Amino acid sequence: MPELAGYRRPFWGTQPEYLHSTYVSTRIRSPSRPLVLIPQTLSELTGPVFGQDGIGRNDDDLTRQHDGAPLGERMIVHGRVLDENARPVARTLVELWQANAAGRYHHQRDQHDAPLDPNFSGCGRMLTDEAGRYRFVTVKPGAYPWRNHHNAWRPAHLHFSLFGPAFMTRLVTQMYFPGDPLLPYDPIFNCTADEKARNRLISQFDWEVTMPEHALGYRFDIVLHGRNATPMES
Amino acid sequence: MSLQATTSQTVGPYLHLGLSWLNTDEIAPPGMAGRRVRISGRIIDGEGALVPDAMLEIWQADHRGRFAHPEDARAGEVEPGFRGFGRVPTDAEGAFRFQTIKPGRVPGPGGGWQAPHLLVSIFARGLLKHLVSRLYFPDEPDNASDPILALVDPERRDTLIARAAGDELLEWDIVLQGPRETVFFEF
Repeated sequence: MPELAGYRRPFWGTQPEYLHSTYVSTRIRSPSRPLVLIPQTLSELTGPVFGQDGIGRNDDDLTRQHDGAPLGERMIVHGRVLDENARPVARTLVELWQANAAGRYHHQRDQHDAPLDPNFSGCGRMLTDEAGRYRFVTVKPGAYPWRNHHNAWRPAHLHFSLFGPAFMTRLVTQMYFPGDPLLPYDPIFNCTADEKARNRLISQFDWEVTMPEHALGYRFDIVLHGRNATPMES
Repeated sequence: MSLQATTSQTVGPYLHLGLSWLNTDEIAPPGMAGRRVRISGRIIDGEGALVPDAMLEIWQADHRGRFAHPEDARAGEVEPGFRGFGRVPTDAEGAFRFQTIKPGRVPGPGGGWQAPHLLVSIFARGLLKHLVSRLYFPDEPDNASDPILALVDPERRDTLIARAAGDELLEWDIVLQGPRETVFFEF
């Protein structure tokens, strides 16, 4: 079998370390031994391929999944999924989940004393198009408290999960909102040494996508690991 | 033009809201060719507590070592209906269980072969990026020549090899931190 081109290693400081002490849960869930560096084999250079199976009609519109409209500020979030070589990642699965406008997740473990919204589940999924574009209609999630430290609040965020073309390109991330005053205090947002890297987690307000009298627009581009230009030395 | 990959963030405690639609306890559907195995285990944190809010993703080849992916030149020969992927949550006791078929050996670096294995990713609150490990099979002669196991400290290799527990049942615990910590990989 011919040698396949591998994927790039992360730039220093752009990805979190497992232990990030201000995020308390990492103290007992992060490995204490160094990770073992291994070559990228066919196992890592392949990965699951998804089609439209299991993706429903309103899975890209979280405001139309129930009989009524959800409460909150309606918004369109869109962007492109690219690799590090700036090539679009076409027909890849994008999964989204989030709290409702009051900052409450439709999840049994969430006991935050804020109302559930019977018209909002907070879950979406779609495939990118040929140009790597995705677009969801949803409502802006609320901030919510958590027990990481005294008076801890998570800034408003959306969870994104992406596969890309290989096991190597798997990514789960969070998207934040411009101007959120909670960002400087959030240990999860502030998990990277590289300030520019974390600021890329903040979406941009997008006038061009904002729909008059209907919804605000935000843009969030997502970059997956890209391949080296030449096949790896074996 | 060169970009940098987006920063990973934790799935948080409510991951199942967005991800459980791909949960399964059958990575290979019934009837797929190959030796059927049941795998069960627990995820354990650095204080010895079980982790009830985690999720595994499994990726594997079919019984002849072919991946259902265009990068594998033999993908066209993969048994129809075999994808080799699934998500498995931990339950309230931190336990997980799934069934699959034992994969064949798959090509390794430099024209060699890798012993049969499953790739396992672990997602949970408290993991800012997912962990990646491998499950190898007990009583597998190819383990001795596997090029990835060869890179692991011999004293820690057994954390990657499931224990036979009878009747095609394998047990494999994942220890996130501590003296018996499972080996995790980077690439």
